[in-house]
Amino acid sequence: MFRKILRQNEAYVFLLILALSIVIGMRNPSFFSFENITGFLKSYSMIGIMSVGTLFVLILGGTDVSFTAIAQVVEYAVVVLIMKFGGNIFVAFFEAAILGIVLGLINGLVIHKFRVPIIIVTIATFNIYFGMLYVITKGKLINNIPQMFKDFGNILLFPQKSAIGGTYGLSLMPLIWLAALILGWIILRKTMIGRGIFAVGGNEIAAERIGIDTFAIKLFVFGFVGFLAGIAGVVHVAIVQSVVPNIIVGKELEVIAAVVIGGASIFGGRGTIFGTFLGVLLFAMLNNGLTLLRISSYWYSVTIGAIILIAITVSAYQRLQRAKTNVKVQIQE
Amino acid sequence: MQEFLRLKSIYKSFEGVRALKDVDFTINKGEIHGLVGENGSGKSTLIKIISGFLQPDSGKIYFEGKEVSHLAAGETTSWGVQVIYQDLSLFPNLTVAENIAYNEMLEKRRPFIDWKEIEHIAKTAMKKIKVDIDLAKLTEELPIGTQQLVAICRALTSDIRLLILDEPTASLTKKDINNLLGVMRDLQSKGISILFVSHKLNEIFDVAENITILRDGSTVGTFPSKSLTNDSLVELMTGKALTQVRHSQAQISSRITLEVRNFSKRYNFKDVSFNLKEGEILGIIGLIGSGRTELACAIYGISPPDSGELVVNGKPARIRSVQDAIAAGIAYVPENRLVEGLMQKQSVMDNLNAAIMKSLSHAGYIPYPKRLNQASLWINDLNIKVSHPMVPVQTLSGGNQQKVVLGKCLATRPKVLILDSPTVGIDIMAKASIHEMIRSLADEGISVILISDEIPEITNNCDRILLMHAGKIRAELDAAKIQPSDLERMMSQF
Repeated sequence: MFRKILRQNEAYVFLLILALSIVIGMRNPSFFSFENITGFLKSYSMIGIMSVGTLFVLILGGTDVSFTAIAQVVEYAVVVLIMKFGGNIFVAFFEAAILGIVLGLINGLVIHKFRVPIIIVTIATFNIYFGMLYVITKGKLINNIPQMFKDFGNILLFPQKSAIGGTYGLSLMPLIWLAALILGWIILRKTMIGRGIFAVGGNEIAAERIGIDTFAIKLFVFGFVGFLAGIAGVVHVAIVQSVVPNIIVGKELEVIAAVVIGGASIFGGRGTIFGTFLGVLLFAMLNNGLTLLRISSYWYSVTIGAIILIAITVSAYQRLQRAKTNVKVQIQE
Repeated sequence: MQEFLRLKSIYKSFEGVRALKDVDFTINKGEIHGLVGENGSGKSTLIKIISGFLQPDSGKIYFEGKEVSHLAAGETTSWGVQVIYQDLSLFPNLTVAENIAYNEMLEKRRPFIDWKEIEHIAKTAMKKIKVDIDLAKLTEELPIGTQQLVAICRALTSDIRLLILDEPTASLTKKDINNLLGVMRDLQSKGISILFVSHKLNEIFDVAENITILRDGSTVGTFPSKSLTNDSLVELMTGKALTQVRHSQAQISSRITLEVRNFSKRYNFKDVSFNLKEGEILGIIGLIGSGRTELACAIYGISPPDSGELVVNGKPARIRSVQDAIAAGIAYVPENRLVEGLMQKQSVMDNLNAAIMKSLSHAGYIPYPKRLNQASLWINDLNIKVSHPMVPVQTLSGGNQQKVVLGKCLATRPKVLILDSPTVGIDIMAKASIHEMIRSLADEGISVILISDEIPEITNNCDRILLMHAGKIRAELDAAKIQPSDLERMMSQF
């Protein structure tokens, strides 16, 4: 049983998180404070929500890079819509979901109908979505966003007074991340659509042969990615409380890296929600830890790169070892 | 016997090319029926029509004696027709249980799944053929023979009445094959009809009661297997009488080109020693899992042995990589030519020249005419059927692809040529021409190691035979003095 756990990628990420938190916590005990933990969970909520979508695409057998552009477009569009026509936060989420799904479905449609690799299509749509945003808005910032976004972003559960006079507590944003994780888990584990995603990622021809509607599966996955990206866009504006039209794009590689660290295979068919959560958590802690240890944030990307490299090397080494001790011939005397 | 399914004068064309012409086919209830024919004879088209994936252009179909006007996709599934394809169509990343239960879960059209139910479906199916596979294992972790059983279990979840097996034994070990043939008989005793497609005629003779032969898209006929012999079946398949000539060993000199001394590699083979003379064809006969391919890979430097020496032309050779082997004059044609031997999407020309790029080039540049001339030389020499040297290799037939691999190796002017199962999955006629080529290469003085598990291929072509089993060489035989039946008996002892 223990060996089986060790063989799974999640175990290594978990141990890494444990080791990292001990190291950071020893150097700066405030790492374990309620204020700090809720803080870094909040700031990584957007990435956490988008990571669930990325996991789905990786299981399906490809890499989507356009979701940050979708989140960016949706964020801008929803803020403008609310400013023009009004509406509460639920209206904002609803608009974000619809717009995100539409942009995601365009990806899915092109990918299935023309059988083009996912990464190629999404590089193209990334540029189209993001480029159109700049064409239309001319890159204008929105600083005076509607108050209700700010109010929503400032809701705190278990509020506490901090020593310097502010308040802190658990924001709703990590809870939306948690909801995305739970939703993702239910879909992957409990529904035929979820199993269909695994099946297509494992062997698409076999999936078609036994009668799985692969088109529907792909549309679902990319619609879901768009949906989550839309939600993530609103979460982002609630956190940063302004709209800068180029701040979400550029995060896509970090999200993909977190999901891959969490054990999802870039060759498709493999990946878990729990691993994805751990991957994002690792990145969040790392970023936060470096700040607490007063190490330049430039080291963040260096560290992330190093972790990815080590993770890939370890799993490749394991595979080589397994191949070597693989009994090809049972030698008889 | 009661008739299950009957097809009468079926015609089918693809874009003007006739695939099936006036094909008749009948399978009875509880019958094992063999379907044989060369590549391109229309076997797969016929299977696709029976399974409802393709519609015939014309012809009549009778199901349990009643005429059906139109076969819709999926309709045959409701009659209990299931196909297991050669590639098995399993999901490597899913568990055994899920693989077995997937079809049935899909048919229930429910949005949510119940893992207990999946396990129950899988267990029930396994009980039907009395196998016991760890349900929690991922299918990719299973040996190919067990994967085959998983595919059969999946077919058994539905109310199955006709099981179509397309080349099910192509990559199985002898033990797994026997096991599979046993399962087929077991299913037959339950009244299930089986359509068995195979290149391996002895297996067809083993289990099938009737054999339908296709040639060039038409039925040659259906015969009780008792009325046919191996030779008469081959003749009906190819339309030509095939006389198998034994290779004469007049040309062999006494010079030793290659000597293998005490080769050992953990989990692969142990203490293997033999020598190879100039112009000799040395057969290594052994089944999958005997260590034959592993031995070849060791000699060729793909996976060097843990210990042992190699002597080439009287000089000790240190071969730790493929480059070393090529420099020593050793060439290897792998068993799985599609994966290991060819760049499928590149041209015949580039594939033929792939191993000699360096010697063709001047300061890294190879003029096109030079590449073309070099390739044309081999295309003529080996009689490769291709419209132009620039067409991609993947468009060629199996036999011609195998010739391209051979040409690529011969371009390096090897002294020793190792051929691993060179005729697996190719037509009888293409097979004969490859055999002929091997013999003429030996006559030119090339030493050949021919690895195979096919007894006639070994006895008809080799001068000397090494019998390999479970990682060691068990016997050395003079090919001229051994009968195929004796070799068969010797092999079955293991």
